[in-house]
Amino acid sequence: MTPFLTTRARRGFRAGPVTGVWRPRAVTVAVVALVALLVVSAVNLGRGDFPIPVTEVVRILLGGGDSADAYIVTELRLPRTLTGIFVGAALGLAGALTQAVVRNPLASPDILGVTDGASVAAVASVVLTGGAGAAGLAVSPIGTPLAALAGGLLAAALVYALAYRRGLDGFRLLLVGIGVSSASVSLTTWLLVSANVLQAGQVLTWLRGSLASRSWENVVPAGIVVAIGLPLAIVLAFRLAALELGDEAARGLGVRVDRARAGIVGLAVVLAAVATACAGPIRFVALVVPQIMLRLSGGSRPPVVASALGGGLLVVTADLVARTVLGEAVPVGVVTVVVGAPYLLYLLVRRTRRRTV
Amino acid sequence: MTTLVPRPTEQHLPRTRRPLLVVGIAVIALLVAAVLSVAVGAALLTPAQVWAGLTGSGTDQSVAIVRDLRIPRTLLGALVGIALGIAGALMQGHTRNPLADPGLLGVSAGAGFLLVIAIQFVGVTSLYGTVWFAFAGAALASCLVFALASLGGSRSGGPTPVTLALAGVAVSELLIATTSALVLRDTSSLDAYRFWSAGALDDRGSSAALRVAPFVLAGLVLAAANAPALNVLALGEDTARGLGRHVGRARAVGIAAITLLAGSAVAVAGPISFVGLVAPHIARFFTGPDHRWLLPVAGLGGATLVLVADVVGRLVVRPGELQVGIVLAVVGAPFFIALVRRRKLARL
Repeated sequence: MTPFLTTRARRGFRAGPVTGVWRPRAVTVAVVALVALLVVSAVNLGRGDFPIPVTEVVRILLGGGDSADAYIVTELRLPRTLTGIFVGAALGLAGALTQAVVRNPLASPDILGVTDGASVAAVASVVLTGGAGAAGLAVSPIGTPLAALAGGLLAAALVYALAYRRGLDGFRLLLVGIGVSSASVSLTTWLLVSANVLQAGQVLTWLRGSLASRSWENVVPAGIVVAIGLPLAIVLAFRLAALELGDEAARGLGVRVDRARAGIVGLAVVLAAVATACAGPIRFVALVVPQIMLRLSGGSRPPVVASALGGGLLVVTADLVARTVLGEAVPVGVVTVVVGAPYLLYLLVRRTRRRTV
Repeated sequence: MTTLVPRPTEQHLPRTRRPLLVVGIAVIALLVAAVLSVAVGAALLTPAQVWAGLTGSGTDQSVAIVRDLRIPRTLLGALVGIALGIAGALMQGHTRNPLADPGLLGVSAGAGFLLVIAIQFVGVTSLYGTVWFAFAGAALASCLVFALASLGGSRSGGPTPVTLALAGVAVSELLIATTSALVLRDTSSLDAYRFWSAGALDDRGSSAALRVAPFVLAGLVLAAANAPALNVLALGEDTARGLGRHVGRARAVGIAAITLLAGSAVAVAGPISFVGLVAPHIARFFTGPDHRWLLPVAGLGGATLVLVADVVGRLVVRPGELQVGIVLAVVGAPFFIALVRRRKLARL
């Protein structure tokens, strides 16, 4: 209630046209997340049927090491871990952007229709084309991701078109998103019920998200999207700070409100759709990582860079836990929840001083 | 906020327009839906045959269809719809979040979790047995969510809207993930779970509605008692406390009502998600934000939605049926989106 009394003056900085406030805590959290991400990835690369020590992994990544080990690491294991990092980062980013734009802690790309639209298309591509009875062709490595990408983008476009009415209102966007997502979910359920049990099992594994048997084909699209999306998000975050003050105030500050909002929502949609296409709907990351990072780094909205790093960290950690403790059969989407949910609950229970959306 | 705000007069307040008329229309809509639900089905009966079946003067077959199948199913649908609609309105009121639905408290996830446990480890297969497991799961999960949210809530005790929503989503997701990990190991419980999770009103036995009716009734009483408190809580917790409300107690009563209502509905009909989310929004378009009118209209609207969806589900894939949970969203979503586009939004 008394922010003016408790907030000490922060040091500002200026670099060319960019000005900002120096927040030591936020920077520390981001750096720690980055270091943790690198360490966990190195450990994850060493794990498997043929264990390789972490020091050896680092040497291989730097260009040295035994050629047999190098083959295992770069060709077999690196794609999986990189997919995890990029998918997690894309989801974390998408979640942070969505939650900041609609100003709701329960929002995630799911409410933009992306995840559920992608799921319908992917499940339909499996159930409707695999109906011939051949067990092998259930989840195809290329057709299913393409279908998911198309479905996600289509659903998001539908949500956007239906919610747009003389400008884009955050509240209306939420409600339309609920409608489109619900319809998509129930279509998915219907497809699941009408499929045979074998297909239903395979589709259900895809629907929980999985990193199993990823190759470089999965890494490249996710990597490109994150490489372009992260800088864009950092630039757009300045507009977010203004949007947070309300539409009128933001307009007064010279922000084109509708255009900024459309840009941010569009970026979130593309990030989430590509991530879903690469690894299936790993639902929890986009919802929970921005909230965790917000509570760790303080501030008034989910931090953009830290959410991306935290997303990658959560997915790779979940993958590591899944493979060492639970066995390959458990999809990573299950473990992200088992790892992430208790941590969010712990942060909630540990009465944080600042409580903000 | 520096200028003086003029005292709100009747014109400034988001006033409930002709609330009795809205309730009346909702009642009529529900009655029409109920009549349709009794009259229409896979077996083609003329209205005369239905009437004869209802009064007991028709053939044995028509009496059996109307009295033993359609009437119990209609009652169950209405009960489930009322429970979900009101539970959803309460949940949205307490979290002040338009994305909240009764499942957010962990009820659906908890029910599904104990259901799978019951099938896989205890060996329960009869529907009669699984209902109680589902109900117990719903109650346990919502107690857990409430406890965690209270621990993280305001200093004076009681959960805040944000902690309640986040604790709910974290616990729900945790339970759903565990459930799907369990289900993936075992084909027979996968089969039971995917049909339960589609949400359906048929095959629930003629006494299903009667078994959970006492719980729903208790939930309705608590909800009615909670409505005035919710209106005050909407002003913010500090204001509510200043006006003499016991915030923690009001939240506890609300959570108990949601658990009873949503828990009963989920236990007998599976997680029907759309009604609890959307019926309150639809009701809010017509009544405004006053919970004393919003709650009954949300309940009536929820029941109407469920019954209409059930009738549609019986008609579209004759002689088979589509589960009501599936039809609801496919039929209801376009209607809901049209409303969102046309009407002025009543915010939470």
